[in-house]
Amino acid sequence: MASLGIHNIRKVYPNGVEVLKGINLDIADGEFLILVGGSGCGKSTLLNMIAGLETVTEGEITIAGKRVNDLPPKDRDIAMVFQSYALYPSMSVRQNIAFGLSLRKVPKAEQEATIARVAKLLQIEPLLDRKPAQLSGGQRQRVAMGRALAREPQIFLFDEPLSNLDAKLRVEMRSEIKLLHKRLGITTVYVTHDQIEAMTLGDKIAVMKDGVVQQFGTPDEIYNRPDNTFVASFMGSPPMNLIPATLSINDGNLCAEITIGPKGSGRVQMPLTGFDTSTLDTLTATGASVLLGLRPEHLTDTGRSKGAAATAANLTVPIDLAEPTGADTLICVTLGGTRCIARLHPHAVAGRDEVDLVVDTSAAVLFDPVRQTAIAFASR
Amino acid sequence: MNRASRFFLYFTLILAALYALAPMWVMLSTSLKGLDEIREGSLIAAPHAPTIEPWLKAWGTACSGVRCEGLKPFFLNSLLMTIPAVLISTLVGALNGYALTHWRFRGSDFLFTALLVGCFIPFQVVLLPMARLLGAVGISDSVFGLIFVHVVYGLAFTTLFFRNYYIGVPGELVKAARVDGAGFFTIFQRILLPISGPIFMVCVIWQFTQIWNDFLFGVVFAGSDSQPVTVALNNLVRTSTGVKEYNVDMAAAIIAALPTLVVYIVAGKYFVRGLTAGAVKG
Repeated sequence: MASLGIHNIRKVYPNGVEVLKGINLDIADGEFLILVGGSGCGKSTLLNMIAGLETVTEGEITIAGKRVNDLPPKDRDIAMVFQSYALYPSMSVRQNIAFGLSLRKVPKAEQEATIARVAKLLQIEPLLDRKPAQLSGGQRQRVAMGRALAREPQIFLFDEPLSNLDAKLRVEMRSEIKLLHKRLGITTVYVTHDQIEAMTLGDKIAVMKDGVVQQFGTPDEIYNRPDNTFVASFMGSPPMNLIPATLSINDGNLCAEITIGPKGSGRVQMPLTGFDTSTLDTLTATGASVLLGLRPEHLTDTGRSKGAAATAANLTVPIDLAEPTGADTLICVTLGGTRCIARLHPHAVAGRDEVDLVVDTSAAVLFDPVRQTAIAFASR
Repeated sequence: MNRASRFFLYFTLILAALYALAPMWVMLSTSLKGLDEIREGSLIAAPHAPTIEPWLKAWGTACSGVRCEGLKPFFLNSLLMTIPAVLISTLVGALNGYALTHWRFRGSDFLFTALLVGCFIPFQVVLLPMARLLGAVGISDSVFGLIFVHVVYGLAFTTLFFRNYYIGVPGELVKAARVDGAGFFTIFQRILLPISGPIFMVCVIWQFTQIWNDFLFGVVFAGSDSQPVTVALNNLVRTSTGVKEYNVDMAAAIIAALPTLVVYIVAGKYFVRGLTAGAVKG
């Protein structure tokens, strides 16, 4: 087991395309790092560079404090699980798991013991003599993990391992990976485009876009204190609402004024509690425009808002659209001229075309509308 | 489908098959007739006193040019040339295809295009330069020279076959093997080759047919001791002392064609399978 350091990593392809533009990430021994972002953000390239499958243009990668830039994959003491599982088609499950061991000249008896241990851990004992083509998707996934586990690596690398599975199996395997990490405590880097996987699995999340880390932090930081509007809208499902608002000071309290409804006819002033007004003076003095970031669960119905009442503002808003999901009903409303989503109790909206929303402004984030970066969070 | 159109369908197919098989039948029946019977009887009639004498003569004692040893020594020449040439060109083609798909390097696409062009270069174009080259290297007029020519000429095709097969093998397979600690040749041998059966058969059949049936390279580059069976057949048919022995000619032609027929019959089903199959399941 080992820590992993990624310092000022750049990757430029021979055709001049710069896919990684200076990445800095540090994770401690045993931590679970998620690299998340849309397609083409460079997350898989970064993972391949950690594995040693792609060369480093500039910068330094360290494993357990040791520079590994020029080491081939086999000498980095890593194991990798691929999206397509990449099981060797001509070999049985047993041979797949043993392949790496036999290449490293591990004695036969020890190989057998490792296969038995891994097979027991992942419950694939009955499959050991089958060929990959005879396995289902979930079983292949397990075997791929078994092959990686057999190495007893310092670092585990996962490249979108669940994206080829159906929805139900994906959730199952997700918890299984988390359990496995909890049991074995092996440092892990996990690439995904699925923000739910990112939130549920990670100790640390790096949100990437266009070869740049937008934010690196714990799931809680990423979710509740996003550094910019990209992180705010990428993480969370549905994404954070970004409502154009105007700031003002009312009775010594910071307030945000927004329009309501599709026509923007109504206006409402909401007190923003918990913000340090002294840092905002220059903004508020001019009646500055900001983007008011609010998660859907912070736009909710009166029944669910107990406890937040002290810091909440109330609005009555026409419903554009209601989407029941079972546990919650998501409704679309128009606030500040943009479509916003609120998460309500199913009973709160039944058969109505207007709803009373409670806005928990203590969970709000203020963004600069031009630079799209966060300017203030409520202190909690 | 109603009976009439089914009848028409089979009628047409059988007619086409008969048309294609007719020359084969004429060759076979003629080769089993005595010379008298050939002179008197009809061309397509079955032999009424079958004899294998023409076959024995074609194999063992017929004269081509001044040698009267039949096709046997030349048949062996052809085997000595074809088997190594097929194996070498197929194996090197496999290695080429593997490198071009899974170990891409600067200029690999250009190299592949250049190799593709090689498939379209007519034999005649390379005759003179190749003769100079073989002379310079010192393997002209020998079976090694012929093997070399056929390997070089066949590489374009075998590389193309394997490249198109291996392009369907997921790159992650090779990455996984690299992480497991396997190198270039280990991955080729342990991961790629075991799943190359179908395309291997395609290549072997293709190369075997090409090289065995080749006449031009054989007639140009072979010495008198290393002539392949195709060249010998030509000489045998053109050498006549008095009477033209059609039965011996026919037997010799069938002997010369037999190996390619056998290869098709034995491996034909793999040929079709290899051309249509996807590379890897799962």
